[in-house]
Amino acid sequence: MTYIAKPSLHHPSLEKNALGFTRRDYEGRISTLCAGCGHDSISASIVQACFEIDLAPHRLAKFSGIGCSSKTPDYFVSPAHGFNAVHGRMPSVLTGANIAAKDLIYLGVSGDGDTASIGLGQFAHAVRRGVNMTYVVENNGVYGLTKGQFSATSDRGSKAKKGAENKDSPIDLVMLALQLGATYVGRSFSGDKTQLVPLIKGALSHKGTAILDVLSPCVAFNNHVGSTKSFDYIREHNDAVNRMDVISPRAPIRADYAPGELKEVVQHDGSILRLRKVADDYDSTDRNAALGYLARKAAEGEIVTGLLFVDPDAHDLHDGMNTVDTPLNKLTDADLVPPVSALEKINASLR
Amino acid sequence: MDRRNGRAVRPGDGQEAHRSFMTKPIAATNDFVVKFANVNGSGSASANGLFAKVILRMGVPVGARNIFPSNIQGLPTWYEVRVSEAGWLGRRGGVDLMVAMNPQTWVGDVQEILPGGYLLYDSSKPLPASKFRDDINVIGAPLTELIAAEFVNPRERQLFKNICYVGVISHLLGFDPELVKQLLTQEFKGKDKLIQPNFKAFELGRAYAEANIAPIGLKVRTSDKVGDRIFVEGNDAAALGAVYGGATFCAWYPITPSTSLAESFQKYCTALRKDGEGKNRFAIVQAEDEIASIGMVMGAGWAGSRAFTCTSGPGISLMNEFVGFSYYAEIPAVIFDVQRGGPSTGMPTRTQQSDLMLAAYASHGDTKHPLLFPANPTECFEFGAMAFDLADFFQTTIFVMLDLDIGMQEWLTEPFKWDATKKLNRGKVLTYEHLEQGVEFGRYRDVDGDAVPYRTYPGTHPTKGSYFTRGSSHDKDARYSERGEDYTEGMQRLLRKWETMKKHLPAPIVRAAQRRTPDGVLYIGSTGPAMKEAHHTLDELGIHLDSMRIRAFPFSDEVFEFIRNHEQVFVVEQNRDAQLKSLLVNEGGVHPARLVSVLHYDGTPITARFIVKDITEKLKAGHATLRENAQ
Repeated sequence: MTYIAKPSLHHPSLEKNALGFTRRDYEGRISTLCAGCGHDSISASIVQACFEIDLAPHRLAKFSGIGCSSKTPDYFVSPAHGFNAVHGRMPSVLTGANIAAKDLIYLGVSGDGDTASIGLGQFAHAVRRGVNMTYVVENNGVYGLTKGQFSATSDRGSKAKKGAENKDSPIDLVMLALQLGATYVGRSFSGDKTQLVPLIKGALSHKGTAILDVLSPCVAFNNHVGSTKSFDYIREHNDAVNRMDVISPRAPIRADYAPGELKEVVQHDGSILRLRKVADDYDSTDRNAALGYLARKAAEGEIVTGLLFVDPDAHDLHDGMNTVDTPLNKLTDADLVPPVSALEKINASLR
Repeated sequence: MDRRNGRAVRPGDGQEAHRSFMTKPIAATNDFVVKFANVNGSGSASANGLFAKVILRMGVPVGARNIFPSNIQGLPTWYEVRVSEAGWLGRRGGVDLMVAMNPQTWVGDVQEILPGGYLLYDSSKPLPASKFRDDINVIGAPLTELIAAEFVNPRERQLFKNICYVGVISHLLGFDPELVKQLLTQEFKGKDKLIQPNFKAFELGRAYAEANIAPIGLKVRTSDKVGDRIFVEGNDAAALGAVYGGATFCAWYPITPSTSLAESFQKYCTALRKDGEGKNRFAIVQAEDEIASIGMVMGAGWAGSRAFTCTSGPGISLMNEFVGFSYYAEIPAVIFDVQRGGPSTGMPTRTQQSDLMLAAYASHGDTKHPLLFPANPTECFEFGAMAFDLADFFQTTIFVMLDLDIGMQEWLTEPFKWDATKKLNRGKVLTYEHLEQGVEFGRYRDVDGDAVPYRTYPGTHPTKGSYFTRGSSHDKDARYSERGEDYTEGMQRLLRKWETMKKHLPAPIVRAAQRRTPDGVLYIGSTGPAMKEAHHTLDELGIHLDSMRIRAFPFSDEVFEFIRNHEQVFVVEQNRDAQLKSLLVNEGGVHPARLVSVLHYDGTPITARFIVKDITEKLKAGHATLRENAQ
């Protein structure tokens, strides 16, 4: 529980990143989630990604809604400010903070209930606006905190722990994000850190809306036979279209990538997404083709993972709003309060 | 033409015979009410506004109100102008001159004219005698015919008919035509090709009236009672206040009657908040709904930008959860609530003060929120700016409670003033330097004994000062806690913070009666002008009342002292359920019997005559009860 203090001793031989931080500097409080929960693996991947891209921990701002997934921002990167919003409304809070302080890196963590049910509207509109953020959906297809109800991403025909069958169509957040104009879209699996960590690194480096749908089995309520979000089911149906390395603009290029067809995408901040194709017919820079591929594979019962789409030259909300370079929360009285003479002119115009 | 009784009767119009006069025509100079009955979407607003501005330019105060439907085209709309040299700007009640341009509402409009009053109508088509009244003065002017002879385009014909009746009235009331032309020129600056046709339409009406209609008993005479006052809507003023108050972000969702506040913020920011390169020192997002609007405001306020939303009752209903979050997690926010008629969709284009309880106690659990009650656009500007200092200092949602009457009507009001030496008060914020110097930080600790905690903006320091904001229960260092002691300690501190606030909110304004009296009256907001006039009338009737205009909730001790010092206190408000009275009873432990409600809630702004009548009757009834009890 969070009453338990976490020891803050650092081993002197811990590896340091370019900023001199160790991995421990990116950790948070002790998780209160169930043992073996996929969400904790995702938190660990976030820690590793932040460490590896040399992100100063306090330059991150963490947001979440309500649910098991939304508890997790307390469990990683403690030196960052966090905001646990109301249910389904994390996107609006993150949007407001981003408008106020454009100099931070924004990470939203949500679940399938928080995003696809109560929060579907806010999810959609934040994506439409191109808010510069990484939005991770920890998707387990179930309401864990209220003990096992279906969520809107549960597949039709999927069985609940007590045997009930889901009759409703699922919402595919990746396809939705693509349709709504997200400029970085990926799907992964909490149990596949080698795929997930680079996806998070690329997303944090991306300027624009990055959506990551991360399947994260619920060990308590959705990991049984008949569920389509169980560890076994996802492993059996995982169809990875590519594998990715992210090369920071500052880091020396390491050449130990695996063989295969390579495609390099340079993002706005200079980071390079080095993609090794697994599926020959997949192009991560073609939005419409991605939609078609995903639809075909979904019909076959396959779960497509990897970096599904990226637009490296994306614009974000601030570009559209033409805001000044100084973050709005750093503007001074002199920037904000017009002179008295301006008020006198306005008075005169109203007579 | 027959000019008896100032009425132009067309030759051969057998039905319109001479009417004998039972009632003396009203004679009044600089003190009367003119009402225009129009069809919405017909372009009458600018003509009517021109009429009001001419009178202001003549130095005579006016109180002007649009009474309009929730509709874009085709439904009835009225514009009521109170002309008052004495400076009474509220609605008086009754109409002296009706300009009846809408056949749909003809019967009611004619009915509303006071005996001896005047009716101006478009006499292009004859109307049967049964359509008129015997006790009013009927003035016909063939507006449609006059305009049709000069203009061809149907839209122009419709638009210029409005300016044409201004021409007629300008003669009836004695306006200087050059002044009207001067204002028209000003109005159409930049659209110069509209100036000449407007002059033409104006002249058509004026020339017809000069040739055919005798002057009437109502007159506007040049005076000097307007001074340096300005004529402006409260929404516009509040938006300008937000600019001076340092607001950088507005997230909003369109809803009558608050929409023009966001639009004005855009207008003023575009004029006043661009940097040298044309980039914006502000941001405005039209959100997908009111929940997202307030969510964005929360995020921005948390990150240290001054942010607001503007909405009306239905929006507040939707925002409740976040408002409770703001109370408990202590996030600064400003909400301008431009109240309209409720409940539900209610009367979107009518005015009420019926969101008081909703705003004061918004959201589940034990919550309460400060409310500011501006009574005119000048206070909308002042409170609009002040709200951001209060929100930042007290780290909670501040409601600025306008209503449609203040928000969307142009009021004659004192000019805006700003103290150039004033600094924005960002409240208790620890900076990088504070943290470096070793200032200890705990997000919800009461360090200064005023129950107001310190906060940090995100990204302040690499290792110190971060915290986790949550709406779930937390201890004084913002850690998740379900311990009863941690919870009650936090809730008690919020109560103490509430007490601190009372000393920082705008104080009530008291007006003592001419002599000692056991009776008092309390009121808020847009009731002001009508109350002021009602006071004057009651004084003349020998009814003396001390009065207090409350300007903020939580109520200061002064408010309850005022109640204690009187035997009975009238509480005048514009809702059905006596919400202000409920707040007084609830927060001050006042015995309900001491507070006598005067309630006006039909959606139109309260009138002086209504207040006088209601208070007079209640005093009579009350005195009778007192006598009975004494026997």
